[in-house]
Amino acid sequence: MTVKAMIDEWYPVGLLSQLDLKGRKTALMDEPIDVALDADGNARVTGGNGRTLPVRVRYGHVWASLGEPKKELFDIPEADQPGRRFVDVGVVRVRCSPLRAVENFLDIAHFPFVHTDILGAEPHTEVQNYKVEIREEEDEVWATQVKFYQPQAAKSASGGITTEYMYRVPAPTCSVLYKTCPPRPGEWDVITLFVQPLAEDLCDVWPWMALFDDESSMTDLIHFQQTIFLQDRSILENQIPRLLPLDPGMEIPTRADLTSVAYRRWLKRHNYTYGAQLVAQ
Amino acid sequence: MKLYDYILSPSCYKVRLMASLTGVKLDIRPVDFHPGTEHRSPELLALNPAGSIPILEDGDLVLTESSAMLAYLAAKAAPEWLAGSRPEEAARVQQWLSFSGRLTASLGGARLHEMLLRPGDIGALQTQGVAALRELEAGLFEQSMRGMRFLAAERPTIADIACFPYVALAPDGGVSLDPYPTIRLWSRAVRSLDQFLEMPGIHRLHELKPEPHVEGSEA
Ligand SMILES: N[C@H](CCC(=O)N[C@@H](CS)C(=O)NCC(=O)O)C(=O)O
Ligand SMILES: [Fe+2]
Repeated sequence: MTVKAMIDEWYPVGLLSQLDLKGRKTALMDEPIDVALDADGNARVTGGNGRTLPVRVRYGHVWASLGEPKKELFDIPEADQPGRRFVDVGVVRVRCSPLRAVENFLDIAHFPFVHTDILGAEPHTEVQNYKVEIREEEDEVWATQVKFYQPQAAKSASGGITTEYMYRVPAPTCSVLYKTCPPRPGEWDVITLFVQPLAEDLCDVWPWMALFDDESSMTDLIHFQQTIFLQDRSILENQIPRLLPLDPGMEIPTRADLTSVAYRRWLKRHNYTYGAQLVAQ
Repeated sequence: MKLYDYILSPSCYKVRLMASLTGVKLDIRPVDFHPGTEHRSPELLALNPAGSIPILEDGDLVLTESSAMLAYLAAKAAPEWLAGSRPEEAARVQQWLSFSGRLTASLGGARLHEMLLRPGDIGALQTQGVAALRELEAGLFEQSMRGMRFLAAERPTIADIACFPYVALAPDGGVSLDPYPTIRLWSRAVRSLDQFLEMPGIHRLHELKPEPHVEGSEA
């Protein structure tokens, strides 16, 4: 339960499209912050003691850090690819650990049970073998070759297909997933979960997407993703313990949990423990 | 029949659910309620100056109150969902339809606050929500003593559909349903209706899923 290692990381703090001069009061890791547009039209984030925080504007969102970031905000090259639709899904508050929100996003085994008839369906509950690694150079967790049968993989899917996924964790509270793009074989749809840690057991979740889909309306794309995320929300709010256990002895990994095991290992290695509990309770 | 709809809105869900239960086909027009606040756009304010959804259009009929929409769908397609001829039953249907507005204001307000960051006095909203749930629990318990499983009769009526969504979604706003056994039974009864429809946060009954295979059960 320490803030230290995570303080230098970047976190989403608002939608660029919703910034105004008046500003919005929110929080970052228990510190009250204010997110506003300044007189020159730039995003400005102010910390609890009035200091100006480092800011980036990227992927439709405003990003800030409470400390001194050692790294640039992670890159999502697809964000600059022509032809994609960029979808600001909007914030959803969840009473759970920010790390738990990311971990749930990485887990496909829950699809048939939580996202029934959309991202999964019984009896197709088997998670086939896939690859997980911590990429040392990028310092990111990656899961690849994840294959799963989905009745309605995307708004643009017209029936059940076996979808392939890649998952990526480039920052302690952010995950990017790449999945089969029904209208464009050969390309990946990009769906992200950007999590703003408000407290160790409270977060604002800002999903964002970069999709190939020329058919669906923007509102339909937003609603598809909100439907999925709201199905997760009630599960997340009921997880026990509330903080993410980082004692490796605590939970027995199954194959479906491999990504989660790697994520926890990576968090522990970096002391990314805000929202985690280190001793078994 | 065109419904201006938001997938996460419990009030819109009332209309989708009623349409599903009565076999009415709706033409859904999605509204970007969050984050776009499209319900306050000039186009929608022209239809509904109150700036709320759902809005139901059928020919030149425009309805902006979900209770009226439930009554309309039932009258058109399934009159058995309306009150019967007994005065008490008619009164009870009206009583709970009006009461449902309190659920929207309290539990609905708490949910908007806790989930979509809508400003508000969360303590007051939750307290009013709990008061409404206690009243509903008592009402349903009295009904069960009369041998009736639903709010106004032995069969479900539009009153049940008007009250069910905000109650079922109370935990989204930080209000637990654990203290209300009769509400939970009633919720199961609603969820087991033929052609019941889900929404995010309201799951289908586990019993409706395929039976799990239990080792050694076929002795
Ligand atoms: N007219 C009421 C209104 C229902 C209601 O409160 N709808 C919410 C969405 S669930 C809404 O549109 N709120 C407007 C707002 O909060 O700005 C009904 O039809 O029951
Ligand atoms: Fe999920």
